[in-house]
Amino acid sequence: MAHGPATLADGWRAYISRWVFTTNHKDIGTLYLWFSFAMFLMGGAFAMVIRAELFQPGMQLIRPEFFNQMTTMHGLVMVFGAIMPAFVGLANWMIPLMIGAPDMALPRMNNLSFWILPFAFAILTSTLFMEGGGPNFGWTFYAPLSTTYAPESVNFFIFAIHIMGASSIMGSINIIATVMNMRAPGMTYMKMPLFVWTWVITAFLLVAVMPVLAGAVTMMLMDINFGTSFFDAAGGGDPVLFQHVFWFFGHPEVYIIILPAFGVVSQIIPTFSRKPLFGYSSMVYATAAIAFLSFVVWAHHMFTVGMPIAGELYFMYATMLIAVPTGVKVFNWITTMYKGSLTFETPMLFSIAFVILFTFGGFTGLMLSIAAADMQYHDTYFVVAHFHYVMVAGAVFSGTAAIYYWLPKWCGKMYNETMGQVQFWVAFIGFNIAFMPQHFLGLAGMPRRYADYGLQFADWNMVSSIGAFIYGGAQIMLLYNVIATIRNGKPTTEEKTWEGAEGLEWTVPSPAPYHTFEKPPEFK
Amino acid sequence: MLKRAKALFLSLLSLVVSLPALGSAVVETSTRQLNMPQGVTEVSQAAYDIHMIMVWVCTVIGVGVFGFMFYVMYAHRKSRGAVAENFHENLVVELLWTIVPTIILIVMAFPATTALLKVYDTDNPDIEIKVTGYQWKWQYEYLGEGVKFMSELRTSDDEVYGREPKGEHYLREVTEPLVLPAGKKIRFLVTGNDVIHSWWVPDFGVKRDAVPGLFTAGWAKTDKPGTYVGECTELCGQGHAFMPVVVEVKEQAEYDAWLANKKAEAVEYASTIGKEWTAEELMTKGEGVYLQSCAGCHQADGNGIPGVFPAIKGSPIALGPQIGHIAVLIDGVPGSAMQSFADQLSEVNIAAVIHYQRNAWGNDVGDVTQPIDVLNYKQSK
Repeated sequence: MAHGPATLADGWRAYISRWVFTTNHKDIGTLYLWFSFAMFLMGGAFAMVIRAELFQPGMQLIRPEFFNQMTTMHGLVMVFGAIMPAFVGLANWMIPLMIGAPDMALPRMNNLSFWILPFAFAILTSTLFMEGGGPNFGWTFYAPLSTTYAPESVNFFIFAIHIMGASSIMGSINIIATVMNMRAPGMTYMKMPLFVWTWVITAFLLVAVMPVLAGAVTMMLMDINFGTSFFDAAGGGDPVLFQHVFWFFGHPEVYIIILPAFGVVSQIIPTFSRKPLFGYSSMVYATAAIAFLSFVVWAHHMFTVGMPIAGELYFMYATMLIAVPTGVKVFNWITTMYKGSLTFETPMLFSIAFVILFTFGGFTGLMLSIAAADMQYHDTYFVVAHFHYVMVAGAVFSGTAAIYYWLPKWCGKMYNETMGQVQFWVAFIGFNIAFMPQHFLGLAGMPRRYADYGLQFADWNMVSSIGAFIYGGAQIMLLYNVIATIRNGKPTTEEKTWEGAEGLEWTVPSPAPYHTFEKPPEFK
Repeated sequence: MLKRAKALFLSLLSLVVSLPALGSAVVETSTRQLNMPQGVTEVSQAAYDIHMIMVWVCTVIGVGVFGFMFYVMYAHRKSRGAVAENFHENLVVELLWTIVPTIILIVMAFPATTALLKVYDTDNPDIEIKVTGYQWKWQYEYLGEGVKFMSELRTSDDEVYGREPKGEHYLREVTEPLVLPAGKKIRFLVTGNDVIHSWWVPDFGVKRDAVPGLFTAGWAKTDKPGTYVGECTELCGQGHAFMPVVVEVKEQAEYDAWLANKKAEAVEYASTIGKEWTAEELMTKGEGVYLQSCAGCHQADGNGIPGVFPAIKGSPIALGPQIGHIAVLIDGVPGSAMQSFADQLSEVNIAAVIHYQRNAWGNDVGDVTQPIDVLNYKQSK
C-alpha cells in the first residue's frame, strides 16, 4: 500500500481514500481532468437549452428569466469550471513529467486546491434550485444588475467565486514553485518545453488578477448586504467602476485561458511535423508580450460606455498591438510545419484546426479593436462568434488535442484512430455551423443575451442551433472515445507513443508509473 | 469509408443551404443580410467603411497565411515521401513578420482614428434628446420643448408565447416611436434609470450605454426619412430582448406638426389632473397600466415571484394607508428593484394603478386615489 495507489481491489474505502487524500500529481491531474469534463458537459447542457430556445423566434421552452440564468451559468461554468481546471489538470499531469520532477512542489496544497472546487460548483449550481433562481446577470455580472437588482442567490455566487479564486491562486503558486525549483539538472529556462513556459506565464497572470476579481465580488457583497455604494450611483458610487475592475481581471483572464492552449499546440505540431518548433525563443517572448499587453487593454470591452476620446484611442491602439505577438505565434506554427514530414493523427488535426480557427477569431478580434466599428459590433452576436472562435476552437480544441496526444501516456492504451478522426470532423463541422452564422447575425444587428429575436434573424439562428447540437454530440463522442480507450484500448508500452515526440515525458514507460523521476533525469 | 463521409458531408451541406428558405416566407425584412448595414448617417458610414477596410485587410492576410499553410499540408506530408528538415530559426524572417504587421497596424490606425473622431463629434447640435433606459422601455425627452414620453414594446405576450401568430413587425414595434426631423444634427444624451441599458440604432451607428448616474453622448444627422429599428444591447434583466428602439425620421414640416401636436397633448393632459375620476374609470385605466408597467415583476395576478418580487395581493402596503402606497410608487424602495415611477408614469396613471392595486384580487380597501393626491404628494416633497 505504501508504494502504489489503492485500486478497487483494495476495497471501496481504500479506493475513495486514495482519491480524497492523494498528493500525487498524476492522481490530482486526473481528478482535475474528470471534474472539468463533467463541468464541460454541464455547461454544454446549458448551451443546448439556450440554442433550443433560440431555434425559432418566440419563447417556446423556457421563460426569459430562466434564459438569463442559462446564459450566465453557461459562461461561468465553462470559464471557471471547464476550461481553467482542464488546463490545471494538464499542468499537474505534464509539468512534472516535462521538467523531470518527481511531483509538484506543494503536494498537499495541490490536493486542497482541487478539492475545494467541487464545493464551489456545488454551491454555484445549487442556486438554480433556490427561490428566485440562480445568477441571471451574465458571466460578466455588471452592477447594478448583479447587486441591487440581483436575486438573493447572488451571495452564494459570490462565495463560489471566492472559492474558485482561492483554488486558482493555490494552483498557480504550486506551478510557479515547481517550475522554479524542481527542473532536472541541465534544464535551463530557455530549454523548457513551451507548454511549461506558457503555464508559468499564465500562473503569474492568475496570481495577479484573481485577487482583483475577489475584490470586485467583495465590493458587490458589501453593496448588497452592508449598505455601501461602490457601484451604486445613488450613493455616490459608479457602475462603470465595476466594469473597470472586472475587466482588469477579465482581459488577462481570457489569456489565462488561451496561453496554455498555445503551449499544448506548440508541443503537438512539432511532433507530427517531425521537426523542432520554429522560433522557440520568439515564442517565449511573444507569450510574455501577450501577457504584458493583457494588463493594459482592458477597457476595449467598454468602448460604448462613454469614455473620453483619449482613453478610447489609447485602448484601441494598445489592443491592435496584440495582433503582433499573436501573429508571430501563428507564423511560427506554420513554419514549423514547413518542410516537415507531416502526418495527420487526431491530435494534429485538432491542432491544425486550432491554428486556422483561432487565427480567424484573431481577425475578428482585430476588427473588434477598432473602436468606431466596435460601436456597431459591441454586445452583438458578432462578439459571441468571436469569443467562441478563440475559446472553443482555441482552448477547447487544444484541450481535446492534448487528451488524444497524452492519453496513451496516461493510461497505457491507444485510442482508436478512426474514431478519433470521426470525432474531429463532427466537432469541426458542428462548430463552424454553430458559430460562423453568428457573425452574420451580429452584423445584421442581433444583440447577445437575447431570449427572443425578430423574424429577420430566424434563419441563421436555426442553422446555428443545428450546428450547436452537432457540436454537442461530438463531445459525447469524445467521452465515449476516452472511456473506450481506458477500458478496451490497445495496450501500448512504448515510451514514445509518437514517432516525432521529443521531451522527458516520452522517456518514462507507458502508462506513466505512479512515481516518476524519483532520481532527476539527465537533460542534455 | 471516405466516400461515405463525403456523401454525409454533402447532404449536411445541402441541409444547411436549404434551411434559410424555411423561415423566410413570413418576413419582408432582409433575412439574407450578412454584413453590417451602411446606415444613413456619417457615423454609420464611417463605421461601415473602416469595417470593410478591416475585412479586406484580414481577408488578404488570411488568404496568404492559410494558402501557404494548405500548401505545406499538401506538399510536405509524410505520405508523399517528405523528409523533415531540421531548421528552427531564422532571424531575418522572424524580424520581418514582426515588423511588417506592425507597419500594417500603424497604417490602419489612421483611418481608425479618423472614424472614431467622427463618432465623438457631438458638438453644436440642433436638437438635444435625453434618452433614459428603464426596465424595460425607453423614455425620450425633447430638451427645452417640454415633450417627453415612454416608448414600449407593442408586440403582445400572446405573440411571444405562440398563442397568436407573430406579426410582420414582431419585436420591432413600439407604442410610440422617437420622432426626429431629417437634416438636423441631433445629440442623444443617454442615461439609465435602474440598471445599465444600451441604446443602439444600427442605421445611425449610435450605440451608447445607458448608465445610471452618467450621461453618454452620441449624435446623428440624416437626410433620409424612414423608420429605423434598433435594440437594447446591454443585459438589463428579463425584458432585455423586449425593449426595441424605433425611430421615425420625418421631413421638417411633418416633424414640426408632430411636435406641435405633442405639446398640445401635454397642455390638455395637465387639465385632466385636477379632474375628479370615478372608481370605475380608475379601475379600467389602472388595469391597463398595471399590466404594462407592474405585471412584469409583480405578475398579472398580483402574487409576485416568491424570493424576488413581493406580492401586492394582500401586501401591507396595498392594504395600509393610501399615502404610504403613493410614497412607494413615487420614491421607489431604495436598495431594491422597486424603482421610482415618478418620471415614468403620469399622475393619472399612478393614481389609476394605485386604485387598481388596492381594489383588485380581493384587496378590498375601497378608497379612491385621485391624480390630485399624487400631485400633492409630489409637491409636498
